[in-house]
Amino acid sequence: MTQTQTSLTQNVTPIALDGEAVCAGFFGRTPVFALADGTALFAEIGAERRIKLHEKAAILTAQCLYGRLVSGGDDGRVMELRADGAVTELADEKGKWIDALALREDGAAAWTVAKTVRARDAKGEVKTFTAPSGVRGLCFMPKGYRLALAHYNGVSMWFPNTAAEPEGLVWRGSHLDVTISPDGRFAVTAMQENALHGWRIADHKDMRMTGYPSKTRSFSWSHDGKWLATSGAEACIIWPFDSKDGPMGKGPRECGVRTARVTRVAFHPRALVIAIGYDDGWVMLTRLSDGSELLVRQSGEAKGGAISALAWNDDGRKLVFGAEDGAAGVLDLPN
Amino acid sequence: MSEAPASTKIPVTVLTGYLGAGKTTLLNRILSEQHGQRYAVIVNEFGEIGIDNDLVVGADEEVFEMNNGCICCTVRGDLIRIVEGLMKRKGQFDAIIVETTGLADPAPVAQTFFVDEDVQERARLDAVVTVADAKWLSDRLKDAPEAKNQIAFADVIILNKTDLVSEAELAEVEGRIRAINPYAKLHKTTRCQVPLDAVLGRNAFDLERILEIEPEFLACGPDCDDPHHDHAHHGHDHGHHHHGHGHDHHGHDHGASNLKVYHDEEMQSVSIRLDGDLDANKFMAWINELVQREGPNILRSKGILSFKDDPKRFVFQGVHMILDGDSQREWKPGERRESKVVFIGRNLKEDELRQGVQSCAV
Repeated sequence: MTQTQTSLTQNVTPIALDGEAVCAGFFGRTPVFALADGTALFAEIGAERRIKLHEKAAILTAQCLYGRLVSGGDDGRVMELRADGAVTELADEKGKWIDALALREDGAAAWTVAKTVRARDAKGEVKTFTAPSGVRGLCFMPKGYRLALAHYNGVSMWFPNTAAEPEGLVWRGSHLDVTISPDGRFAVTAMQENALHGWRIADHKDMRMTGYPSKTRSFSWSHDGKWLATSGAEACIIWPFDSKDGPMGKGPRECGVRTARVTRVAFHPRALVIAIGYDDGWVMLTRLSDGSELLVRQSGEAKGGAISALAWNDDGRKLVFGAEDGAAGVLDLPN
Repeated sequence: MSEAPASTKIPVTVLTGYLGAGKTTLLNRILSEQHGQRYAVIVNEFGEIGIDNDLVVGADEEVFEMNNGCICCTVRGDLIRIVEGLMKRKGQFDAIIVETTGLADPAPVAQTFFVDEDVQERARLDAVVTVADAKWLSDRLKDAPEAKNQIAFADVIILNKTDLVSEAELAEVEGRIRAINPYAKLHKTTRCQVPLDAVLGRNAFDLERILEIEPEFLACGPDCDDPHHDHAHHGHDHGHHHHGHGHDHHGHDHGASNLKVYHDEEMQSVSIRLDGDLDANKFMAWINELVQREGPNILRSKGILSFKDDPKRFVFQGVHMILDGDSQREWKPGERRESKVVFIGRNLKEDELRQGVQSCAV
């Protein structure tokens, strides 16, 4: 095959962020970034617009989903930005750091400050839960208004609108982040010890997914919910969740093997294709069925900054990426 | 992932000290004096710091055990998270200071910088600085294990509030500190009035900077002419720091230095010196087995080693079970090839340690 057939680099439009990318996403077809310096960037080609979300503060964590970008800063503020440029302050935690946040399609949001977890529903009503230890990762569960919280020694699954004690999934150690399978049957955490831990929620049966040389900090479920792509190795590691036992007793697939660490992963919203970002600034697409690869970006001779943000738009025609060194771009897939 | 060179890693100073010793006084001095350095400060109690500083972060001291089969391998989870967050402000500060609570064990803080790969990539431990109260430390060493840990662990000790004690009391507290940790730099101060370069930028954990390991109160510059040093050196080679008399509180006067020598029943240091070469394989096997078994009791260890057929000095340092070692500079022509190892810890078995090192001799 010739170079042009294995590379999509010609279809990438570069974007200069002037700052570290914390998160990327789309408002319709416009790429949007949250930057570490506290600003949001609407990267409309030729008509870029910057909006300050956090004055004199850094964005520690952000999510861009469902037509809004929500950021958490080291000023203790949780800020929401909409496509029309409207900015709303969702919370002010008085200078404490926002450690993690999660969004729900109906407009709800949740965030954590050390042990304190707050859930704000679409109407703006805020509920608070105090976890047994610091919560570094959380996500909304697919069914019901419920959150999964990662902390030391496991996960708590909390219904903000009930007084009941959260259901706990227990495993000794420090759990950094959590994700729930789209069918709601499995919970998976990334751990301090370079491993994933999983539970079948129905019976709390444990599963260990080990062998990573570094921590997994990025998860992505396939559109059909049958695969979980993960970062943390010198390849994208993809675990099968298609059977009732999930990955128990099964090995993972490996795609995009290189001599650089995978830092971000994003499954295509409609096909079994994964976008992979590496710690040297490369981005690739790989097809799960045959492992074939398409290059999206390669950094120059000098090692580029690690890819820190990666997202598809809703129809999967566009992919946006951003790096720690401020490099970024948007890929338009050819027809 | 390629590691950043040491010089680009952010240096981290850990500030410990028992309640009321003067940690906050020292911290306020560091933040208010003109020195051209910008600090991010991780504190436990907001509001104690009287200085306006953009980067003051509250911490929770969440200590947890690693699941790596290393029973004393505790780390500070909150610190891992905070260091990661601070990197979002890269370029806005030059160094980090971590203030621990008065009752904290410094080990989990220090171990965080060796155990967590992401932290290690971005930051390096510079030194553990312990502020001690000259008036109360002698008492605290008797009744507070935390105070003893903080002295044993220190690279730099600020013996503060010396204006509140008599000369005899000062000599006693200094003797008690030296019984536990003869290697730390000790500064006697009032209101923590010490040059800040004695506290910051120490490179105490930098293998490249391990040049000598001599008890600090005996070390002197090339122009030193104190006759007592020679005398003391002689004693030191024979295990001066651990007399093993088996009874506490005995002291004898060392004349001009007025330094009393105490023996601490629980926490001691052992220094071992050996002429000639060691067998590298034997030594590595021995030290690894030792820290696996005795790691909870060994707070700090350090060594400069002469390995057979190796033109370079090998240096190592350890915190409990975690060891870090590397080849350093070449032995100089005419330099005496010898190995020196020191341990600071609880209930150290001196004979076993000596025999262990000797069994690795070529």
